[in-house]
Amino acid sequence: MAELNTGDDGGGKGGKVRSKKQNSKVDLTAMVDLAFLLITFFMLTTSLSKPQSMPLGLPAKDDTLTKIKPLKTDQRRTVTIILGAKDQVKWYHGLLDAPEVGGAPTTTDYTKDGIRKELLKRVKSIPEVMGDKDKGMIVIIKPTKKSTYKNLVDILDEMAICKVPTYAIVNEFSPEENKLAEEINK
Amino acid sequence: MAKIKMSKKAASIDMTAMCDVAFLLLTFFILTATAKQPEPLPVQTPASTVLTKLPETGLVTLTVGQNKEGQSVFFGMKDRDVRAKTLELMGEKYGVKFTPAEIEQFSLIEEFGVPVSGLKQLIAMPGAKRNTAGVQPGIPMDSLNNELKDWVMYVRKANNVDLAKDKELDFAIKGDAKQQYPQIRKIMDLLQDQEINNFALVTGLRAKPKTE
Repeated sequence: MAELNTGDDGGGKGGKVRSKKQNSKVDLTAMVDLAFLLITFFMLTTSLSKPQSMPLGLPAKDDTLTKIKPLKTDQRRTVTIILGAKDQVKWYHGLLDAPEVGGAPTTTDYTKDGIRKELLKRVKSIPEVMGDKDKGMIVIIKPTKKSTYKNLVDILDEMAICKVPTYAIVNEFSPEENKLAEEINK
Repeated sequence: MAKIKMSKKAASIDMTAMCDVAFLLLTFFILTATAKQPEPLPVQTPASTVLTKLPETGLVTLTVGQNKEGQSVFFGMKDRDVRAKTLELMGEKYGVKFTPAEIEQFSLIEEFGVPVSGLKQLIAMPGAKRNTAGVQPGIPMDSLNNELKDWVMYVRKANNVDLAKDKELDFAIKGDAKQQYPQIRKIMDLLQDQEINNFALVTGLRAKPKTE
């Protein structure tokens, strides 16, 4: 026990001042409580305060390789997502003038039942349609001028959540896509 | 009913050892915890579920945020030797002579957002005053006076050539959630122009959703 033995230590000399035999136990409960509270606080803050980051790789700007041999991708694999104002997104599957079944341009948002539902569905179905598990979905992200940085991070996060194998950020808009973007940016 | 006599002994546990351990751990955590550096440009980073920690060294952060004058960019370097060398190179380029004392002082500044012409003034300022709002307007990055581009260029030169470090610098963009995309794109373009195609976006933490 935490005891502080005060006074009498056996061979006391001459002066017989007998101190009381009261042993003074200190109640440590409160101190231990406090210590553990502080430990918890410091443990959590040290590991959680480090900022997280999201790695992003972009294609080189003047990629001579792609210029010589433009990459042709199957339209059945591509899903285009246009990021608009007010946290809205417009997506379509395939070509804009000839979308895949159920892939016509639709407006949705970043919630769980919004774009994620569609992405998850297609991430599964596309390799099946293509008959090759290496030919997965390709997502083209097109942020408009009115979208925010948060939107970009959100959509990249969706890519990570849905495990989309290939995605790219593209800044060029075709006239038709511009029209779609204007619809949601109104 | 028969009375069962309970022993009147108080069940007190010896807490000395527990207390010792608790305080030992507490001391350890207090000493290892790094105090949060005050940021000259506070930004609200968007949240994401991706959990990649930023490196502690060899990192350059470009902070994009909103202040009184509108959008502004701040530049931060993690390593002190890189900071000092970069300042020397930037001084040469812009014809500003920095004294060794000033370079020493600058290498203690985590992040800054002033044009090169205003650096001397910033270095002379007491530390607490640097972070008050309005003191640092941001680094110019328009097409006529693109100092940010030079900072990025010289920080790499300082790291790779002058200090001859093996590890390439990592770049991170720390943007405010409300920032419009074109402004972020400008930063990305600036990095890509110098063939920095891989960088990190600084984000906050968000719980991972369940996916089936």
